[in-house]
Amino acid sequence: MALLQISEPGGKPIQPVRKRAVGIDLGTTNSLVAARCGGSVECLPDDQGECLLSSIVYYRKGKEPLVGSAAKSEMIANPGDTIASVKRLLGKSLSEIKAERQFIPYDFNEGRDDQTPAIRTADGDKDPVIISSDILKCLVRRAEDCMQGALDGAVITVPAYFDDAQRQQTRDAARLAGLKVLRLLNEPTAAAVAYGLDSQDQGNVIVFDLGGGTFDVSLLSLQKGIFEVLATGGDTNLGGDDFDYLLADWIRNSASSEIDYDADASAHTSLLHQANQAKHRLSESPVVEVEHQGQSLQIDNIRFAQLCESLLDRTLLICTRVLRDAGKKIEDIDNIVLVGGATRMPIIRSAVAEFFGKESMTEIDPDKVVALGAGIQADILIGNKPADSFLLLDVNPLSLGIETMGELVEKIIPRNTTIPVIKAQEFTTFKDGQTAMSIHVVQGERELVSDCRSLARFELKGIPPMVAGAAKIRVEFQVDADGLLSVSARELSKGMSAEIVVKPSFGLNADTIEQMLSSSQMNAKNDMKIRALKEAQLEARQLIDATINAIDADSSLLNEPEKKSIAAIIEKLNLAITQDEQIKIHALTEQLNRISGDFAARRMDLHVSEALRGESIEKLEKS
Amino acid sequence: MAISVSASAAKHVSEQLVARGHGLGIRVGVTTTGCSGMAYVLEFADKLEVGDQVFEDQGIKIIVDPKSLVYIDGTEMDFVKQGINEGFEFKNPNVKGECGCGESFSV
Repeated sequence: MALLQISEPGGKPIQPVRKRAVGIDLGTTNSLVAARCGGSVECLPDDQGECLLSSIVYYRKGKEPLVGSAAKSEMIANPGDTIASVKRLLGKSLSEIKAERQFIPYDFNEGRDDQTPAIRTADGDKDPVIISSDILKCLVRRAEDCMQGALDGAVITVPAYFDDAQRQQTRDAARLAGLKVLRLLNEPTAAAVAYGLDSQDQGNVIVFDLGGGTFDVSLLSLQKGIFEVLATGGDTNLGGDDFDYLLADWIRNSASSEIDYDADASAHTSLLHQANQAKHRLSESPVVEVEHQGQSLQIDNIRFAQLCESLLDRTLLICTRVLRDAGKKIEDIDNIVLVGGATRMPIIRSAVAEFFGKESMTEIDPDKVVALGAGIQADILIGNKPADSFLLLDVNPLSLGIETMGELVEKIIPRNTTIPVIKAQEFTTFKDGQTAMSIHVVQGERELVSDCRSLARFELKGIPPMVAGAAKIRVEFQVDADGLLSVSARELSKGMSAEIVVKPSFGLNADTIEQMLSSSQMNAKNDMKIRALKEAQLEARQLIDATINAIDADSSLLNEPEKKSIAAIIEKLNLAITQDEQIKIHALTEQLNRISGDFAARRMDLHVSEALRGESIEKLEKS
Repeated sequence: MAISVSASAAKHVSEQLVARGHGLGIRVGVTTTGCSGMAYVLEFADKLEVGDQVFEDQGIKIIVDPKSLVYIDGTEMDFVKQGINEGFEFKNPNVKGECGCGESFSV
């Protein structure tokens, strides 16, 4: 039956609602959620206006777990029930966890399987999947409040080096939080997407991610909008916190105070806090003053860089290793993306710029860039069309068609057709006994394939052998509301089919489209001429082929002078074809048609009488 | 006597109701039109009329007038995607014949 839409009482059907999709950066230290609100993708804040959610969960007996800063403040009082950095535990067995870290304040239990050890808390056993899902639930609630409704799907980011077990557990955590995972996206890829690097044709991107406690470097290679992770490297124990420690040491030594910080925990904490503050201020101004124990100290970024030289060297050494693993040189790198709050430090930025010999991309908040990229991806995957995007308007910006013999383009969906749309056209074989057909999908307004944009190519095989022109192949073009093109080809007698799906708007921007359109208008006349010539050549070749085949089969029907004159015309015609002389081609084709027409009539008589020989009239009548 | 909805239909109805901002549920019925006798009506319902029957399935209120109910009793409403189209489909056990376009049916 026809599909119905819900109407207003007595009115017209309403438009389907926009779908709600979010991108989630489930981080070791902090997590974020981003979604398209109005025009642009933004990180969604909590009711305090804070976008970053500390990835810490505090479990209380019989109560909802606390997540975020509320849980963070429980860390000292209830270390065993307050789980931080759960991401480090995902997809690992207990022995792996213990081998990696010396001291873990949690009480581990067997868990449901070897790969999922559980932590004993006041609220029962919690495994890393459950803990991660509690963080996700908190973000989902935030998103649902902001977007006023249930989420339809989410893109969740994972480190590029995550293995299958870690990825699977991330998916499980999402499912447990009631989320439909549209895709797990590599964190470096998400960062590159946030900067729109995926719209470039190709390139190599370094993603330099220095978080609170971990450091990751990835080298991505971009080919036609698809990122491939060529190499990753990092240090799970190197982060912004290490810079705090070095600065704290410097303050302690410079102030020459008599406090024993190792014994006095609260003094140590306040010293670290002071170092952290100083670090942040150094990102704003070149020189800062630190008041400590009644003494005033001064530090600038040059001194700070000297203090942290060993840390900076470690990050750059890892970059060198990643380049080597990927088989790339520094000159091969087109873009550097900075991720993680610690990359705000000017000393990091200048070290990276010096190492790669170019400035990094820093316009997007490095804490949010991964979540934003995931949000953009989620919005596209769920099928929302960005209103500001020219390419995803409701019309097809350029004609779509396929290549036919003679390198000509047969347009199937003309430009400016409103989408969604389905159009089909029948094609046939060019040669006798042809069993396969190559379908080349092209986009553009020009008449020749070489002047258009190639989108995809696929083959339809298994066409039953028939004479040229007898097979029927139905080629269907379907562009859905998301601008996704699927092309299918179907042989109608046997039903063999093949299809392909492409995104025609990929890599196109307004300028390219404009250029493609104006070139087609400028070359319109010329294109027409070329098309006419190509068609004439094609027709002539087909006729020559058919004539030669016929002579081979029934040469007895022709006398020598006839054969000679046909051969002479074919020779002239071939010459005209190679010399692109359209008028001659037409004339000679005509001439060959006339002579071979007579020959064809004789062949017909012969074959009909052969077929009838020995058959009685009665038998023929019966059949 | 009952009308039911599939899970995906329920989801789409509730989303559309939320997006619309008001409404009791959906009104399902038939009118005499089309080439094969009767056609379905699917509307948002803002108020109940005298004699209306209200069914509840998967959290969705389905409102049917008594005249229509005899033709569509036992119907399940589904939400389906066919190629580039998506929309609601009625699985009506009372249907004896449909017109070619699927717009209308007879019982």
